[in-house]
Amino acid sequence: MLEHIELFFKSIFVDNMVFAYFLGMCSYLAVSKKVSTAVGLGAAVIFVLTVTVPLNWFLDQYILQPGALAWIDGNRDTPELSVYADYDLSFLSFILFIATIATMVQLVEIIVEKFSPSLYNSLGIFLPLIAVNCAILGGSLFMQSREIETAGLALNYGFSSGIGWFLAIVAIAAIREKIRYSNVPAPLRGLGITFIITGLMAIGFMSFGGMLTGSGDSATPSVEEPTEKLEEQQTTIEKEVEATQTVVVSELKK
Amino acid sequence: MGLLSKKDAKLIKDPLLDDNPITIQVLGICSALAITAQLKPSIVMAVSVIFVLGIGNVVISLMRNIIPSKIRIIVQLIVVATLVIIVDQVLKAFAYSLSKELSVFIGLIITNCIIMGRFEAFALGNGPWRSFLDGIGNALGYGVILIIVGFFRELLGSGTLFGIKVLGDSVEKTGLYAIGYENNGFMVLPPMALIVVGIIIWVQRSKNKALIEEN
Repeated sequence: MLEHIELFFKSIFVDNMVFAYFLGMCSYLAVSKKVSTAVGLGAAVIFVLTVTVPLNWFLDQYILQPGALAWIDGNRDTPELSVYADYDLSFLSFILFIATIATMVQLVEIIVEKFSPSLYNSLGIFLPLIAVNCAILGGSLFMQSREIETAGLALNYGFSSGIGWFLAIVAIAAIREKIRYSNVPAPLRGLGITFIITGLMAIGFMSFGGMLTGSGDSATPSVEEPTEKLEEQQTTIEKEVEATQTVVVSELKK
Repeated sequence: MGLLSKKDAKLIKDPLLDDNPITIQVLGICSALAITAQLKPSIVMAVSVIFVLGIGNVVISLMRNIIPSKIRIIVQLIVVATLVIIVDQVLKAFAYSLSKELSVFIGLIITNCIIMGRFEAFALGNGPWRSFLDGIGNALGYGVILIIVGFFRELLGSGTLFGIKVLGDSVEKTGLYAIGYENNGFMVLPPMALIVVGIIIWVQRSKNKALIEEN
């Protein structure tokens, strides 16, 4: 459970798609003139990422990874016994991932059109655009290169990355709506100032970087912590000693 | 350019300045910014995009009359993905550490908007030779911006170019560092890529007033 929460916040704030990796910048810049359209595109990105990342996770686990084909002759748990142990199809991942994404986008479009025409009308124009949004392919490629372990985590990763992207585009759209009334130097108007504002927002988001170090082993302890930690260590040591004593005692009794 | 007619030469020249894919058309920023912390990956990225866009434009242009327009996006994606796989495998074979450094961003050339944009806007309506020139021109325009950003970020951020210490040694205090110069570590971090591109746009548009946007 803890790893889910950690991944969730990490993907939204620390590894934000837009501010840390510049993914999906094209649509981020092109569709951020009004908040309402930005919300539409952001929602579509959350939706498609949540669907495609877990799907591509299964592709990666059962087809692409070295030795992943072992399930064919029933050796999923012991891949080294399989005839397919040496097969490494990972060079095909780009083409399979992008094919999955393009197909899923088409499929989602058809389903949404059929069952929820109002949602289709609000997302309609954006859905086909999303197939070529780098954030979507980027999500799948990062999922692969970071070796996310379970399907649940992959789902979580897709969903929370989508939320991070949504936050970014809604924030910049709101700022751009306001900045229309300010006196920006003429050559910077439009694109230039948007770049610089995004840069400043990215600096702001960098401050989230320290948010999750508390739980990791690499955390640098603050000044007050050491005494507490020492006490913790002492108590754990005492507990361990007690535990071993009881074990020894019980073994002796036998 | 004796080889090219005036019209063809324009195809290459225009995207370099007045119709630059990054600063004017706002395409292809996605994979461009993250890898510009140093000059070397920037150049590798630029060369990869020149290869993919040049060849891809020719392939799409040759097939333009037989692709049904309904499925053209998928056909285009498959063509780009194939070319990108070639680039990725070549990099993995001959420059493994560099390909690790570029990580997912080589793969992201597939969804680079410049490529889809040029396929849609040019290759689907023009012959192979002109499409080839258009592809090379646009990829060069993209590469130029990448190299400018990479140059400044590496020079100001770590005081090196291609990993060679051009400003002296920051630890032993030689060269510029002897008179109190310090590296600006901030240039290496991602946000500065955006700000450097913003400044490039600023400079370009104050030179050419015609490019200024209405609010």
